[in-house]
Amino acid sequence: MENRSFYNEILTEHNIHPEFKHDLADADIVLEGVNPSCGDDIFLKLKLDGDVIADGAFVGDGCAISQASADIMLGMILGKKKEEALKMGETFLKMIQGEATEEEIDSLEEASALRDIAHMPARVKCAVLGWRTLKEALCPEEKAQS
Amino acid sequence: MTNILRKDFPLLGNVSIAYLDNAATAQRPQCVIDAEAEFYRKHNANPLRGLYPLSVEATGVYEDAREAVRAFIGAKSTEEIIFTRNTTESLNLVAYSYGLSRVKAGDEVLVSIMEHHSDLLPWQMVCKQTGAQLKFMECEPDGRLDLKKVEQLLTDKTKIVAIAQVSNVLGREYPVREIAEMAHKKGAVIVVDGAQSTPHMAVDVQALDADFFAFSGHKVYGPMGIGVLYGKKALLETMPPFLTGGEMIESVTREGATYAELPHKFEAGTVNAAGAAGLHAALECVQRIGFDKIHERELALTTRAMEAMRRMEHIHILGSDDPAEHTGIVTFTVDGVHPHDISEILASDGVAIRAGHHCAQPLLKHLGFSSTARASFAFYNTEEEADRLIDSLKTLRERMGYGK
Repeated sequence: MENRSFYNEILTEHNIHPEFKHDLADADIVLEGVNPSCGDDIFLKLKLDGDVIADGAFVGDGCAISQASADIMLGMILGKKKEEALKMGETFLKMIQGEATEEEIDSLEEASALRDIAHMPARVKCAVLGWRTLKEALCPEEKAQS
Repeated sequence: MTNILRKDFPLLGNVSIAYLDNAATAQRPQCVIDAEAEFYRKHNANPLRGLYPLSVEATGVYEDAREAVRAFIGAKSTEEIIFTRNTTESLNLVAYSYGLSRVKAGDEVLVSIMEHHSDLLPWQMVCKQTGAQLKFMECEPDGRLDLKKVEQLLTDKTKIVAIAQVSNVLGREYPVREIAEMAHKKGAVIVVDGAQSTPHMAVDVQALDADFFAFSGHKVYGPMGIGVLYGKKALLETMPPFLTGGEMIESVTREGATYAELPHKFEAGTVNAAGAAGLHAALECVQRIGFDKIHERELALTTRAMEAMRRMEHIHILGSDDPAEHTGIVTFTVDGVHPHDISEILASDGVAIRAGHHCAQPLLKHLGFSSTARASFAFYNTEEEADRLIDSLKTLRERMGYGK
């Protein structure tokens, strides 16, 4: 029953009772992120104060992994500088690809609850949807290359 | 009575999962695997080309398969049986050849909202290219089709009516014969997607009065990569080729070509003779078991699953309440649990089901869903496998963090 541990309490809690899944009326940036093959669909909403992510939220629907991952992400990036948030995203991606060190995984705090995705190739795109959308929202000029 | 011929399906013995995704593709019995290999081991040459005995033999194997298909679906002549790769290719053949040459601006093409994307996108293409209008037969909330409404949608402008005999989401069978009669009265042809019906019920294309009927080998226990298009001879004869090239010609000059007779006109290029041999074996296997037995087993399993699922308050089954109207397909949702998570948890319990939109997004939208889970049974499934599905569903919500 490996899934009993995979869908752990951190993940299910963020899925059922998300803290940041709501509208953000005065957002500066609103960007949709979609996984066409499985239908995960979120709108990431960010409010910036200079270089700092002052506020953020998301709406949308999708599987527990995509929704919990986006919720966890927002909890981590609020109040952080853009480059700090992007750095976390890179570390998260490394973890999902099974290439992160234990130290790096620890630095991801709650997001480390998704480390087992590294062994579930079909669900990688669910886990990274929020982070991918964040990168596109903060670095729109890089979107064409990614 | 359980496990009829189950031992003849090698994969079922080689893996420990309960395979409940039969509507996506079935498993193949040993006789199908052998027939395909046998072709390459003993009869392989390019069929329909060489004049030497081995090629004649390969042609014989291929054409025997065509005769088996003809008999299986009750066609008048083997000239009406065209081998394709799958249902999708069969439907595209009709759309590109018949559709584009017969449909004009201002005409109408009528499809059902229940169609698999492969019986929708070709008609969207025909309508876009010709300027015809695409209209939809919409089902009732339980998936039923109101024939009075269908009749009202048919006009003198309707040129093509396309419908699945059995929905791949709801498992419901649609009254193809009645719709064919209504379509013919208006001078339209009816194109039937038989991908989900052919594995479960005896099909008689003449009794249905279908003008075109498409199905896939791989859903009826045959190999992947071989499919069938049946078309009435009078229609096929007047249709332009779909693909051109080798094997579909009579003679070629610098300027042009005359095409081969039916059915070869529609089989350009080297054919999948080994696949046809495998399909031949599959159809024989189905006939040996018999549709009565297949139906009885699939209904028993569907009933067992549906009755248990109906007792779980958070589960909702799409379509009819009557298991006999599901053709082995049980599509469902679980409150608060996304279908991909349902599938993931079932997989960890050794149960393989499908999750997503099942290539029928307009139907799900029409019924108010974006994504669902689907378990689909074949005759070789067992009660234990149905119970494994049920047991896993019982603990699903708890495992997703909801209280008991």
